[in-house]
Amino acid sequence: MTSDVVARPAPARSSGNGSSGNGVAHRLRSVLRWEAGLVVVLAAVLIYGSGESSTFLTGTTLFNLGYNVGYIAIMAMPMTFIVMTGEIDLSVASMLGLSGSMVGYLWHHGWGIWPAMLVAIVVGVVGGALNGFLVVRVGLPSIAVTIGSLTLYRGIAEILLGSQTIPAPNDRPFPTWFDNLGALGVAGSQLTWSTLFFLVFAVIFGVILHLTSLGRSLYAIGLQPEAAQFTGIRVARIKFWLYVASGVFCAFAGILLTAQNASVTYNAGTGLELNVVAMVLFGGVSIFGGRGTIPGVVLSIAIFATLQIALTDQNVDPNVQNIITGLLLLISVIVPNGGEALRRLRSRLRRPPRRR
Amino acid sequence: MTAGAIGREIDGRSWLVGLLRAREIGIVLLIAIVVIVTSVHNSHFLTANSVQQLLSGAAIVALLGVGETLVLVTRNVDLSVGSVLGLSAYVVGDLFKHEHIPVWSGFVIGIAVGMVCGAVNGLIVTALRVPSLVVTLGMLYVVRGVDSKIVNGNRIDPDAIPNSFTAVGYKNILGVPWLAVIVAIVVVVVGFVMRSMRSSRELYAIGSNPDAAALAGIPIGRRVFSAFVVSGGLAGLGGALFLALHAQIDNSGGTGYELTVVAAAVVGGVAIFGGSGSVVGAALGALLLNTVSQALVASRVSSFWNDAIAGGLLLCAIAFDRWLSLRVTRSLLSAERSTA
Repeated sequence: MTSDVVARPAPARSSGNGSSGNGVAHRLRSVLRWEAGLVVVLAAVLIYGSGESSTFLTGTTLFNLGYNVGYIAIMAMPMTFIVMTGEIDLSVASMLGLSGSMVGYLWHHGWGIWPAMLVAIVVGVVGGALNGFLVVRVGLPSIAVTIGSLTLYRGIAEILLGSQTIPAPNDRPFPTWFDNLGALGVAGSQLTWSTLFFLVFAVIFGVILHLTSLGRSLYAIGLQPEAAQFTGIRVARIKFWLYVASGVFCAFAGILLTAQNASVTYNAGTGLELNVVAMVLFGGVSIFGGRGTIPGVVLSIAIFATLQIALTDQNVDPNVQNIITGLLLLISVIVPNGGEALRRLRSRLRRPPRRR
Repeated sequence: MTAGAIGREIDGRSWLVGLLRAREIGIVLLIAIVVIVTSVHNSHFLTANSVQQLLSGAAIVALLGVGETLVLVTRNVDLSVGSVLGLSAYVVGDLFKHEHIPVWSGFVIGIAVGMVCGAVNGLIVTALRVPSLVVTLGMLYVVRGVDSKIVNGNRIDPDAIPNSFTAVGYKNILGVPWLAVIVAIVVVVVGFVMRSMRSSRELYAIGSNPDAAALAGIPIGRRVFSAFVVSGGLAGLGGALFLALHAQIDNSGGTGYELTVVAAAVVGGVAIFGGSGSVVGAALGALLLNTVSQALVASRVSSFWNDAIAGGLLLCAIAFDRWLSLRVTRSLLSAERSTA
């Protein structure tokens, strides 16, 4: 990770006067405070949305939520784990595009939808493994590696499909059930399949992170990789498999997006990697690793998604909505560090100006 | 840089040191190979016209790469450059359209807009001590949003921009495009400053070892702040040049540039973890990426191969850097053992 010098926060654990138990308690408290804040923000968005539009708190909104962010949210789950360990994966959106393009390419060449989907998932495994290999075995910085594979995977998608939209005019259309997977809710409800999948994944990832020893190791790796290594945690292996998992889930999201659009082009989902990172960071996951929770990320996704719909209801230009995305992200780092900065400023003012 | 100084003391390893130091030469060679191979296939590749296109095409990414290098060297990153470029391009275009400002002031205003954005980045990063990746990612969205708010669905068309301004985008001086000349001047000036001035050497010190830099009395906050301001200012200048080159602008100018710029710098040998790399390298990295993509077009390889090759190139570049630094470490260790 590009951790910066100036920016490295002075965390509570380095204050030195408290026992380690205090440190943990402090961290726990600060985490809970962050999530409580997210709940408040989410409530505010819901109140704002329903105040401005009578159709806001209806099933349509639920459907649109899933339609707009379901597949992005799925990519945020493995990303949470990767950022927790102090790494990053910027190739997620390209993997999504590559997987969709692979389905489209094979479909165009007469394959059935099931084998095509299977190959797309395998592509996810291979792509994730390549990232993992370069980061873990070769020891390259993940941000540089995944910027490279971001370009590479999108490039392969481009080679596969060129400028075509699949299904091309002379192709068979995708099977109806496949298209319906993206266009209809589960069993006639307004809950999209992507939302359902996301919720199931969120529960699985949440259980892993918060209730298993593997989850505890992720925190340990993020806080202090060497110490984690010495306590017997297989740091390299875990990181490698996280990248593979990321590849698989992004490939799966790519299939869902293809179903949702009932078509695919090579550039599907371009640029989404930064949205995914933004969601994860706003959810309270530290970019340095070692801090964050799945409920936090889920809340953050819910806030981004509902805010987007509330603002679209108000006819706010989607591009202008970027301001809010950005501000939320800035707030997510400024608020936890703001108090520290103020304290520093105050102590500096109180100190008599000796030098300079 | 520092590796070069240490390496000089190790006898018999000078070729390696030479290679390390000559990262720029390596890229130049690579560009030359690509150009030669391509021109064997297609004699039109080396015509003045296509070389001019090559240079203009690489110029803006190279310019942004220079600013990005300053930030990367301090172990930070600036992801907002693409949005800053878009904002400054539109602001300049808008002023041309409605205020009919003089041509020269277009560049000044572009730079100023960029410097303001860079100052906001720098201020948040240094005063609040928060990670630059998150801050500039946030600014990427905020600046793009502000841009869209100002643009408000409009666009600036070529007839609103003075001809003498767009001339910068397509005219040549002694056969070299003005764009390339301007960027080359920036590269040379910043490159010289980064090599020779104390304050800019301190940027490398900060990136190599922040704690040691702080103990050595380097004003880290101020230096990092300046790096962000320069990066913003160059992105702003990039915006003005972008407007001159394309002669039109809407709210999407520069979208997605941030990762291309980082990629160009990394291909050019700038370490993503800070402490090493040169602005010349970053600019050459941009030129190499653009040469490859132009070469594909000239070789009638489908341009669809573009991204895949650029990505592969980037991965090879960082793997190569890693291999090189491992070699240096090993040679240092063996030198240590032989003296002990």
